Amino acid sequence: MVHRADVLQSFKKNGSIVIVGASLAGLRATEVLRKEGFAGRLTVIGDEPYEPYDRPPLSKQVLAGWVEAEHTTLPRQHPLDDVDWRLGIAATGLDLRAREVHLADGQSVDFDRMLIATGVRARHWPKEDEARLAGVFVVRTRDDARLLRQKLETKPRHVLIVGAGFTGSEMASVCRDLGLTVTVTERSASPLIGALGGEIGSIAGDLQRQHGVDLRCNTTVTALEGDAERTLRRAHFSDGSTLDVDVAVIALGSIRNTEWLRGSRLAAGQLGVACDAGCRAFDINGIITDDIFVAGDVARFPHPLYAYQLIALEHWGNAVAQAEAAAHNMVNSEAERRPHISIPAFWSIQFGVNIKSVGLPPFADQVVIMQGSVEQHRFVAAYGHKGRTVAAVSFNQGRWLPYYERLIASAAAFPPTPPAYDVPIPLHPVPAKFPAANAPTSTPTIALTGYAPDEICATYLEEPPMTPVTVESGGKA
Amino acid sequence: MRVLVDLNRCQGYAQCCFLAPESFKLVGEEALMYDSGPDDALKEKIERAAASCPVQAIMVEYMNGHADEMVKSGTSEAEARHGA
Repeated sequence: MVHRADVLQSFKKNGSIVIVGASLAGLRATEVLRKEGFAGRLTVIGDEPYEPYDRPPLSKQVLAGWVEAEHTTLPRQHPLDDVDWRLGIAATGLDLRAREVHLADGQSVDFDRMLIATGVRARHWPKEDEARLAGVFVVRTRDDARLLRQKLETKPRHVLIVGAGFTGSEMASVCRDLGLTVTVTERSASPLIGALGGEIGSIAGDLQRQHGVDLRCNTTVTALEGDAERTLRRAHFSDGSTLDVDVAVIALGSIRNTEWLRGSRLAAGQLGVACDAGCRAFDINGIITDDIFVAGDVARFPHPLYAYQLIALEHWGNAVAQAEAAAHNMVNSEAERRPHISIPAFWSIQFGVNIKSVGLPPFADQVVIMQGSVEQHRFVAAYGHKGRTVAAVSFNQGRWLPYYERLIASAAAFPPTPPAYDVPIPLHPVPAKFPAANAPTSTPTIALTGYAPDEICATYLEEPPMTPVTVESGGKA
Repeated sequence: MRVLVDLNRCQGYAQCCFLAPESFKLVGEEALMYDSGPDDALKEKIERAAASCPVQAIMVEYMNGHADEMVKSGTSEAEARHGA
């Protein structure tokens, strides 16, 4: 009889693992696999020709010109010289039966276990001829950021940012710091509405206007107009007005990189790749796979704090924690498996304000200011769902968030007890004003994606749907 | 040199800003901006900044060509516990 422990030891010594995706999640998983004693063949596949680098600085320090785009390579926590890095080559397909990943250069890599960490890419301007105009940018990769930085150094007369999500808002902030004239359009009633809701988002809107941004909410761009040289000259808006601009930055959220899994029979689609709390992928029938794992922005996983809804988080911290859990589970026995159930958290820096969040604000129906001063942009807001505290967001009050994290983890009543004495009691919760789940926004950092791993919206349609299916589906600004 | 700060964990104590002002600075009251690829000449200052971070949010890797010379601060386990 073959003992399971022997099989595991043999796998750790002589097995092969492929990680598809060479960004933050892919790197962290690679480190943990080696740290936990995986000595076999380890291959990392990445479509960009760079060692794993950090993306949050791209819309901040790099765009501001303080840090070179090339100086964002992530530090390694473990020696990884014996890893086979296949960089600059995209994965194009997965054959589950043959246990092979197919690559863009025609080669394939076989594996015993695989981690999918292909993340997301920027959603570009939907009209292709307009997207190709000189002066139209997106920022997701190091190369994107370098190109936009070079353009900003030429002191453009008027920058248009299409979409007031976190990336768009951060870039508007940098442009104002550089002394540039900035217009931001947002199709919703306020910036950051998908991540923070309209109530708190409107405070972020005030912040933008106070710093000189021409913020136009409830407004979409209908066309980008170029001249005879195919250079951007003008933007047309949904209210019929036009504006002369020489730079347009498209910040309409992102698209999950799952096309390469089409036909793989995994539960992969526009919403991501469905997996369990142990990061194992579901197949298209809702059966868990044993050897295919998922982590990072591309994963949709169940979270107990949010009624086990499958959620997808485009958060730096989620990529780290989920990659660590996935890698641990890839090289450990069933009894030692670890769930990925950490409390979601993210930060953003814009207009001199540190915005931090714990929990899952879009799950909430109500929000209440717990402490501090909204006028001074120093406050903490708690979010509630049916009388339970589910999230908290701070503006320049980050040190209070651990207090709220404990409340969220223990499912405390909403509104919770304030830790300070600077707000009138009783507290007055108001509607959080999140857009309807099917309303497109440019702030898709959190997507509640339903319960079933094989929901029809999680599989590929032959044609893109005419109307967006979920919050993350974006569309025009 | 490669530097990474876990900004979920960062609480804006700004010890790093005093010890290595070339690489770390506060924007507004508590938002930290840092140079992720500083010059090797700043090694000693940055090492001190990483060591004195009250929440151990700074990770550093020195590219000496020898993996065993890597120095780091902060642990991934702590990050997972923190829910970063």
